[in-house]
Amino acid sequence: MKDWHKILILISAFIGAYFIPFDSINVQKAILESFYMLQDYAQKHVLLCLVPAFFIAGAISVFVSQAAVMKYLGPAANKCLSYSVASVSGTVLAVCSCTVLPLFAGIYRMGAGIGPASAFLYSGPAINVLAIVLSAKVLGWQIGLARAIGAVAFAYVIGLLMAVTFRQEEKEKQAVVMPSGDEPKRKLWQDTVYMASMVGILVFANWGKPMEAEGIWYAIYATKWYVTGLFGLLFGYTIVRWFEAKLVPTVITGVVVLLLALVFPRWPLLVFAAGIAGVVWVTKTSSEETKSWIDSTWSYTLMIAPLLLGGVLVAGFLLGMPGTDNGIIPSGWIAALVGGNSFFANFFASVVGAFMYFATLTEVPIVQGLLGSGMGKGPALALLLAGPALSLPSMLVIRSILGTKKTIVFISYVILLSTVAGMLFGWMTE
Amino acid sequence: MKIQILGTGCAKCIKLTENAEAAAKEAGIEFEIEKVTDINKIMDFGVMMTPSLAIDGQVKSVGKILSVEEIKKLL
Repeated sequence: MKDWHKILILISAFIGAYFIPFDSINVQKAILESFYMLQDYAQKHVLLCLVPAFFIAGAISVFVSQAAVMKYLGPAANKCLSYSVASVSGTVLAVCSCTVLPLFAGIYRMGAGIGPASAFLYSGPAINVLAIVLSAKVLGWQIGLARAIGAVAFAYVIGLLMAVTFRQEEKEKQAVVMPSGDEPKRKLWQDTVYMASMVGILVFANWGKPMEAEGIWYAIYATKWYVTGLFGLLFGYTIVRWFEAKLVPTVITGVVVLLLALVFPRWPLLVFAAGIAGVVWVTKTSSEETKSWIDSTWSYTLMIAPLLLGGVLVAGFLLGMPGTDNGIIPSGWIAALVGGNSFFANFFASVVGAFMYFATLTEVPIVQGLLGSGMGKGPALALLLAGPALSLPSMLVIRSILGTKKTIVFISYVILLSTVAGMLFGWMTE
Repeated sequence: MKIQILGTGCAKCIKLTENAEAAAKEAGIEFEIEKVTDINKIMDFGVMMTPSLAIDGQVKSVGKILSVEEIKKLL
């Protein structure tokens, strides 16, 4: 950080402290509200949802071969295949939003061309694992699912539209240095089992209590900790067998977790936390691979957690907890602008989403606050679809790669399609 | 000798820069490190994935963080 940055921060902190009307009851309520919101996240979403998701994101970035994916987006790739790969590869390539733009530029200038590049640019930030998991947990599985499906489907459409609009302008291809794929150490199914065991832990640990106390969903809920434990066992087996994790610490962790579960059956969070601590201990002391996994998990946590913390505080301050009117912005305004499911509400949400900058994952608490203040479900989805893919800063970078005309066309397509998707979703959930 | 790190400035790129610096110092060679952060310049190297490492304008590795040992071998 440069010195004049620090000076600016200091001066603005001083001006804020000088002028903010802390004795106003509305400001006091809003500040309190931001901490309620933070507590809500800390209690409900961090340990069971975010932490496992960070581990999965770390595993993806270390163990999924990016080189293998890039093969399908290179200059020689089959067109049809490259659209499909571009639309879904965001999940494995773009856990960190800073990798999206270079990859986009690469696919456009040296690889498969503007169609797949636009598809990737659109879907990449929207369907990363962390974003989908947190959306589903906080905003409900319908929005989470709609976000994932919407992002993939619209990636295709936007990619194709861009390719058709600019079909005459394919540039000459440049020579590309393709990443050299290392020899895979494991078979694909082994990696898949390992990832699946973690996804299983994530899904079942977060299984919500259904409304009625019978039926299949409730049966799953009632046994969810046993199922989670079984996935934990599978996970332990995979890391010892295929990732050279040391056997003794792994077994000790397993035994400790089991004992804790027997002694404190009413405190699943304690047991879960002990399990996580055990995993960190085992991976830190075992092979190079497990170390790099835990390191990359940590670097994601370090990068994303502070942003999310800030996002939750800001959302709580501006909008208040869902269902209250304690935020600094009155609920009436939100309901008037983006309530219901009108064309205007969806369009407005798309435009705001496209221009506003959301740091990784912060769109989730913000949309949660907006929904609580009376935003319709359709506009919420529109905001989620248009939001992470674009922001004013990223538009400027995209413009330097594509030129002004193509950038404007791309932005218009995103806004238009997000509006339509929002209206459709709002209509379906009514 | 000129070492160039290609990347937009995220955590991975910083890590690679540190490793490259350490490697060059251990190998005891004269060097300067340049961070290339402009996407269009990165593209001019023909690189699609960041962080990447180039030595004297030649791309040596793409899309991964090399360890200090690995970079020493390249130097």
